[in-house]
Amino acid sequence: MSTDTEAPIYNKSALEFKSSSFSSPVLVIHSTDLKQIKHQLKEKIAQAPEFFKNSPLLIDLKFCNENEHPLEFEPLIEFLHKEKLFPIGVSGANEEQKNTAFKFYIPLHTIRGAHAESKLPPQSTTANTTENTNKKSSDEAISTVENMLITQPVRSGQRLYAKGDLTILSHVSAGAEVMAEGNIHIYGALRGRALAGVQGNTQSRIFCSALHAELISIAGHYKTSEDLDTLDQQKPTQILLQDQALIINNL
Amino acid sequence: MARIIVVTSGKGGVGKTTTSAAIAMGLAKKGHKTAVIDFDVGLRNLDLIMGCERRVVYDFVNVINGEASLRQALIKDKRCNQLFILPASQTRDKDALTQEGVGKVLKELSKEFKYIVCDSPAGIERGANLAMYFADDAFVVTNPEVSSVRDSDRMLGILASKSRRAENGEEAIKEYLLLSRYSPERVKLGEMLSVEDVQDILSLHLLGVIPESKSVLNASNSGTPVILDEESNAGKAYADVVARYLGEDVPHRFIDEEKKGIFGKLFGKK
Repeated sequence: MSTDTEAPIYNKSALEFKSSSFSSPVLVIHSTDLKQIKHQLKEKIAQAPEFFKNSPLLIDLKFCNENEHPLEFEPLIEFLHKEKLFPIGVSGANEEQKNTAFKFYIPLHTIRGAHAESKLPPQSTTANTTENTNKKSSDEAISTVENMLITQPVRSGQRLYAKGDLTILSHVSAGAEVMAEGNIHIYGALRGRALAGVQGNTQSRIFCSALHAELISIAGHYKTSEDLDTLDQQKPTQILLQDQALIINNL
Repeated sequence: MARIIVVTSGKGGVGKTTTSAAIAMGLAKKGHKTAVIDFDVGLRNLDLIMGCERRVVYDFVNVINGEASLRQALIKDKRCNQLFILPASQTRDKDALTQEGVGKVLKELSKEFKYIVCDSPAGIERGANLAMYFADDAFVVTNPEVSSVRDSDRMLGILASKSRRAENGEEAIKEYLLLSRYSPERVKLGEMLSVEDVQDILSLHLLGVIPESKSVLNASNSGTPVILDEESNAGKAYADVVARYLGEDVPHRFIDEEKKGIFGKLFGKK
């Protein structure tokens, strides 16, 4: 998070610029046949009307522009608006499509596609049309910053969730809960709960400089403090998953 | 602008009100105009500890509701003319406090006072949240035992995430640790957590260790902030705390067992 204000510091400023990230469905268009697109999109929306209702949408035209005939973009936007979907960006557009996008006040984006492997396979997400832009677009990838860095102690009652790796420079107190889809690195003592690979990534690990955890878990395989009693808890430790069993090693 | 200090802990009975009274008096005695506010609506105690319970006419909730002016509600301390007390209401509950109302009162106090000490109620509900919401500094009062330490840890998490400073993305509240009811003898026997143990869990800046002392109860009973009992260890410890908070370099005391002389041993002098 970065804040950026130019206002004099003596006054309470009325606004500030912040940077933040959020997730949004991406509509990847493969065909230039507008009729076909409309038909399939309607089907998808019918499957999960609540999910799509008033949803922001990024449109990825990269693949459909590999076809010979370019897609007519304007009718597509109008159709999306009619279906109560709000395009908030276009990626991979050609010049004409870019101009159309500007006309509708839709900004241009370059979709970043680095979070491929750790995610769930696309068929389990709501629909193929909203799949994440996987490896296919990795040539234009800028690595996503979904890792999280925490410099303060994680206090009792606090919960953290990182979409990538979670690094904590201080300790994790008893009664705190830290979760990550990737690895968890704790440079202080782990006294609370740590759950790595919460989306099922069995390769993720937990590292900490002292293990007094209430619970540790990797991809759903867990141990509670009762099972951890016999260990040398003061040493730097790693926890990994091997053949469905949690392995705890001193480093 | 005033500096707003919240005295908080999460757990009850650890010495928040004793500490609020002592440091408010300490700051006032150093010549800083100080107000101390009781946020424990419904269970008001600060006026007792300050010895002004018989002079309460209007209270904090009256001021918030516009039924009395601040000037009417503030009670001037008889021992120190720089110290004012804003008592809590005993007949209401904590829902009578609103964020807007508290903010308004604090803003008005800020014009006139150098320090505003907010005595937080126990728990992490409305009263405690409002007491800490506007704070610049937090004194986290902790007893050397596991449940108190854990509650303090929880409170620190709330300070870091739910205060005005946190919500506006400003510089975080400065947090200080005050370890109260400390008994080096019992630490030695392993009955109590040591300063190091507590620091290991909380990793906070230690502002002072207040030793377990009979004078605290005596002071409370007589309505005198314990800091005025300059002979007692607790009084001295609070004086150190105030001095350290104001930036003086004072070495820590009362952490190690006092070495008693032969007479002390014979007569059990305390």
